[in-house]
Amino acid sequence: MKKNPRKAPQPGRAVLILAGLALAALCLAPWWPAVPAGAFSFGDAGKLLDVGKSALKVGKAVGKASEELTPEHEYYIGRAVAASLLTSHRPWADENANRYLNLLGQTLAAASERPQTFGGYHFLVLDSPDINAFGCPGGLILVSRGLLQCCQNEDQVAAVLAHEIGHVSLQHGLASIQQSRVLDVAGVLAQEGAQHAGGNVAALSGAFSGSVGDITKTLMVNGYSRGQEGEADAEAAAILRRVGYDPQALAQVLAVMGQRYRPGGLDFAKTHPDPQDRIAALREKIGSSAAAAAPSPARQARYQQALGRI
Amino acid sequence: MRRGKSPLAAGLVLLAAGLAWAAGQAMSVQVREGQLRAQPSFLSAIVATLGYGERVQVSGEQGAWRQVTSGQGASGWMHLSSLTPKQVVLQAGEGLATGGASGEEMALAGKGFNKEVEADFAARNRGADFASVNRMEQSHRFTPAQLEAFVREGGLTPAEGGGR
Repeated sequence: MKKNPRKAPQPGRAVLILAGLALAALCLAPWWPAVPAGAFSFGDAGKLLDVGKSALKVGKAVGKASEELTPEHEYYIGRAVAASLLTSHRPWADENANRYLNLLGQTLAAASERPQTFGGYHFLVLDSPDINAFGCPGGLILVSRGLLQCCQNEDQVAAVLAHEIGHVSLQHGLASIQQSRVLDVAGVLAQEGAQHAGGNVAALSGAFSGSVGDITKTLMVNGYSRGQEGEADAEAAAILRRVGYDPQALAQVLAVMGQRYRPGGLDFAKTHPDPQDRIAALREKIGSSAAAAAPSPARQARYQQALGRI
Repeated sequence: MRRGKSPLAAGLVLLAAGLAWAAGQAMSVQVREGQLRAQPSFLSAIVATLGYGERVQVSGEQGAWRQVTSGQGASGWMHLSSLTPKQVVLQAGEGLATGGASGEEMALAGKGFNKEVEADFAARNRGADFASVNRMEQSHRFTPAQLEAFVREGGLTPAEGGGR
């Protein structure tokens, strides 16, 4: 080996060059179009390209809302969903409570998968004894007094907000829009681009009110899927951990909600899985620490000051 | 060790080339108020606000942050979630006339669901409470200093999220 360093075996060099190429490729990766994980396997390299191509085609034909709609579209959908929800749920006009909720919520949103949306994250207390919260597309988040009454400290309020931020950042609302509406919008947009035409309100108004209706119905009647609730809980735990809150706070609020859970009730019981099931799923991700850490005195003081009389 | 040096260097050159290629990318602001910050942190001062669709040149990165320079010459850091590799065309036809970009490469600003479509929806749904939504969006906006104070007083960690 020491005899002739110049004639060292070449494979090592090739491996290093390949490694360099791989590293360079990795650096470029964020700019490549995202292909859904698990869309194809790496087992059959010969078919890889074709499968990838058809996966893209299918994705396009199906018209996935999060791909066809821009953050600007998402923003207008979210505004109309919130405006619709606010017909039956009135805002709670306590500036102090709403200010606190926004400081807390915006701190959490910065630590989410998607910190910046078109219009930003905004939070509002609803004057309702029901136990409920709504994360509208784009980041308008409504939380009832009834749900805040299930919380005993800032960490638990943070857990509630982080769960809703999870639904927003993972775009669960958009996913509940019927695909035919998304295709309608994509069609109108393609036409507008091609014709250099102005706005086409008439062609879009049906797709818009339909989309808003799909999401409002999901939020108020049908609920998200069990899988989506699990994803939002997992994202909430991740956000809490990043910011320095106790992820166990989410399990604690769920336990209180479980005590107040009335199967067949019209609030979260109608739209969410049984809290006990969610706690069980959450435990697999965050474990179960026996004793909750004592809340910091400063956190507890500001929580009491803002939400003590909620 | 010496033997490995030159292939490794070749690899590093490729890596650097990759980085340079990536860093040279142009991106567009995909949010209403694109916050350009002094440092890659949400608690850092906002040095300029870039409008929707404004084009920036990427010159560096740190996690989900991109170091950018705007067309006006303002430079700083923007979070990846506020940027898109697409070209955002502010007027229909503009991109097609100039660059011939395809639908996957560009987005039409103000087209599709927009202010006019919302107004139409509001007219058909008189009960929809857009006044409360507007109040919600306009109140309780905080400076980085206010958010930093909230984080510090609560004994929290200034955390950064991903770049979806």
